[in-house]
Amino acid sequence: MDARNGDVRIGVFVCDCGSNIAATVDVKAVAEYAAALPGVVVSREYKYMCSDPGQELIRQDIVEHKLNRVVVASCSPLLHEETFRGAVAKGGLNPFCFQMVNIREHDSWVHTDRARATEKAIALLRAAIGRVAFHKPLERKRVPIHPDVLIVGGGIAGIHAALTLANAGKHVYLVEREPTIGGHMAKFDKTFPTLDCAACILTPKMTAVKKHPNITLWTLADVTGVEGYVGNFQVTVTRRPRYIIEDLCVGCLECIEACVYKQAKVPDEFNLGLGKRKPIYISFPQAVPQIPVIDPETCIDFKSGRCKKTCIEACADRHAIDLKQQPQVETVPVGAIILATGYQPFDARKVPNYGYGVYPNVYTSMEVERLINASGPTGGEVVLRDGRKPESIGIIHCVGSRDEKTNKWCSRVCCMYSLKLAHLLKEHTGAEIHNFYIDMRTPGKGYEEFYNKLLEEGVHMIRGRVAEVTDWATTPEEEGKLVMCAEDTLISFVRRVPVDMVVLSVGLVPQDDAQDVRRLFNISCSSEGWFLERHPKLAPVNTFTDGIFIAGACQAPKDIPDAVAQAGAAAAEAMVLIDKGYVEMEPNTAYILEEECSGCKTCITLCPYSAISFLSDKKVAQINEVLCKGCGTCVAACPSGSIMQNLFEDEEIFKEIEGVLVNV
Amino acid sequence: MKRYLYYPGCSLRGTGKAYEESLLAVFKALDIELEELEDWNCCGATAYMSIDEVNAFALAGRNLALAEKKKLDLMAPCSACYLVLNKAQHYIKEYPKVAQTLEHGFKAAGLTYTGAVKVRHPLDILINDIGIEQIKARIKKPLAGLKVAPYYGCQIVRPYATFDQMYYPVSMDKLLRAVGAEVVDYPLKTRCCGGSQKGTLPEVGLSLIHILLKEAGRRNAQVVATICPLCQFNLDAFQEEAGKKYGEVSMPVVYFTQLLGLAFGFSAKELGLERNIVPAKRVLAKFEPAVA
Repeated sequence: MDARNGDVRIGVFVCDCGSNIAATVDVKAVAEYAAALPGVVVSREYKYMCSDPGQELIRQDIVEHKLNRVVVASCSPLLHEETFRGAVAKGGLNPFCFQMVNIREHDSWVHTDRARATEKAIALLRAAIGRVAFHKPLERKRVPIHPDVLIVGGGIAGIHAALTLANAGKHVYLVEREPTIGGHMAKFDKTFPTLDCAACILTPKMTAVKKHPNITLWTLADVTGVEGYVGNFQVTVTRRPRYIIEDLCVGCLECIEACVYKQAKVPDEFNLGLGKRKPIYISFPQAVPQIPVIDPETCIDFKSGRCKKTCIEACADRHAIDLKQQPQVETVPVGAIILATGYQPFDARKVPNYGYGVYPNVYTSMEVERLINASGPTGGEVVLRDGRKPESIGIIHCVGSRDEKTNKWCSRVCCMYSLKLAHLLKEHTGAEIHNFYIDMRTPGKGYEEFYNKLLEEGVHMIRGRVAEVTDWATTPEEEGKLVMCAEDTLISFVRRVPVDMVVLSVGLVPQDDAQDVRRLFNISCSSEGWFLERHPKLAPVNTFTDGIFIAGACQAPKDIPDAVAQAGAAAAEAMVLIDKGYVEMEPNTAYILEEECSGCKTCITLCPYSAISFLSDKKVAQINEVLCKGCGTCVAACPSGSIMQNLFEDEEIFKEIEGVLVNV
Repeated sequence: MKRYLYYPGCSLRGTGKAYEESLLAVFKALDIELEELEDWNCCGATAYMSIDEVNAFALAGRNLALAEKKKLDLMAPCSACYLVLNKAQHYIKEYPKVAQTLEHGFKAAGLTYTGAVKVRHPLDILINDIGIEQIKARIKKPLAGLKVAPYYGCQIVRPYATFDQMYYPVSMDKLLRAVGAEVVDYPLKTRCCGGSQKGTLPEVGLSLIHILLKEAGRRNAQVVATICPLCQFNLDAFQEEAGKKYGEVSMPVVYFTQLLGLAFGFSAKELGLERNIVPAKRVLAKFEPAVA
């Protein structure tokens, strides 16, 4: 029964949302206006429609007034469409005999003129009342969910999510583009505020990933295709050649020893170029998988084809080295995806006044992590590029953070890691340490205490953003030093501090390919390039694409505890989906009126989801409801007008337009 | 052939005459056509702006409105002109109230301005429109072995870093290297020359001038190259006085266009090098063309 063939009885419910709507929209006037419209049997305003009593009001009115259509004017459907559909169903109505009007985000929150905002609310409500009269009862289709999960990124967030899911019995594909998992955390020396060794707490988890029967680990791999929808994604992963067959290699590393390069000559990526490696190498001693990789850019055999191939000799009868290895493409079905693609450190060259790349003794914080590390390029000895031991060191906070000219955001971890580096550098060198900060931000468990500890250790804290680092000496004491110029804002005085070594505490920025990744997975990014969560407070690991979750620093800068917590949350959300076993599809799909279809096939080529096929016996097109996403492309394109779409039928759309425009 | 409108401003017709002479010579050699903006007026410099912003924008804006009719980019070689014209342009575009106020003024003068003019600096034009390769192709006498301290002054990159980095500009470095000179690392390249302090607080002005010159010498520069008439004037005209007060210095201060001109084979006279107060001949003579 709808407006085409019978008695329509509509109930209208206008929400105050406390003062969120009522302060800007005259909700009483809106409800009174609606009461007089054709088909409206009851029209009310109420303080919080989403509350239990609000929902109960809808249920009671449906029963009492024999309503067969409901319109709620409140907030965004994203927030409460499901709530009200549920309330309508409780009253015994089909949940799709319902329409929601957004008079908050689209009206009260974005306008200030009360009279005109009220007028707009009335127009939107009139449109909804017009269209709901034509709504038909619809059913949701249930589709089973594939139980496997894809995790992209093998940093601490990806590792933690993978282990959580795998321990719960789910099968996980963990895809990492580097030769080893571990991410940035593997490069850190110690972690704040407890000063426990990063490798000691990380590497057991890395090994657990490799050993876990429920985890398929693909390193040197990129996700190159994503198709399907929540519960039923088809993911294509391209595995770049390692030139070592993983199944045959035992990780003895004798091939590295045997390489014709007796000395390591190639700048080593893991140590940020501070150390050297061979063309066949392993990123760091605890790399997972514990399998070497050959870099075709520097391997003599790839360049000239005339190497003695001593590596292959050394591998002897294992035959694990395969210089002809080709990229391998794997396609796997998964039900859910977790993106844990991380961040990159800010490029310090973008702040030229700090002289990174100009003065050899200016380092980034990441480089210092490696210098301090016992398995780093200097075996943990902090020496400058000219071999001297620094006697004074300056650390600049907020490089590439909290800066109108580079990035406006606070990178959250730099205050704490700067303090950590100050402590470690003092421990390693005994040097005087000067920390230049804008504001100290140490909100975290034990963080402020750590800051106090550092103050007691005699680290100098200077409140002021450094203007420049220069080798321009104005006094004999400054000769041969790097001079850090800053206004000490606590004493209102410009200071020049000569030091031997400058450490730039670089901020966190989105990965270079964040935009490509978000397009591939069809999620959103904030304007800065961080992946956008569904709700900043209440859905922090969900995205606007069902079945795709985010964890770690790809969402925003965060420290290890937060990244791990978020990874656990993302794993739990994925499990909720999988253990439910099915997804309900929205019924706003298109369907074909077979008797009118001329079989021209126009729609088939246009459909972005390959949801339309051709029935050669009947010579008509057919739409697969499960694959259809309700985009409406085929509906608009059909030359004979024989494709319809649920919830977007012609009468519904025309009535909606009429409702908005009737008084214009 | 590239064409630009040319806004000389007062300096290039006064203390900065040598800048105009060398600039016109270099641009001609590169087949760049310049058309002087007809009936141009004072840019107002930064002084007027601090007294009466609206009238200062109107003054600078009149030049922009005149230029818009010509549909050409407007080249302003003096750093003060370049900054002031850019600032007026910025305010007209970003602040509707300023634009509305100025509209009345323009109307009274029979002008209109839509905001379409691009204000350009010669460095920007040479690097981005002409290109290093074209410049290299014109070299007759490379400045091999000449050690130059590149001095940009403050106004060219601050507050508007339109074509180069704000703290460590490099466009002039590239041009000088292209013509064979050796550019020394000069971290003071955007530090203050004292501006008009020499007139108001001579102690401050002289010490700033001395710092710049002394450091250029310490870094083994033989000559300071600049792009700003006020910087050039301060460092050149008050060098002796600064030297007497803080320790002797002897450092020729020339326009970058004079060095490009030498490499292109122009004579010292054609490039206005004889106008320098601290003689440049001592270090530049070997690059001058032989007299026929």
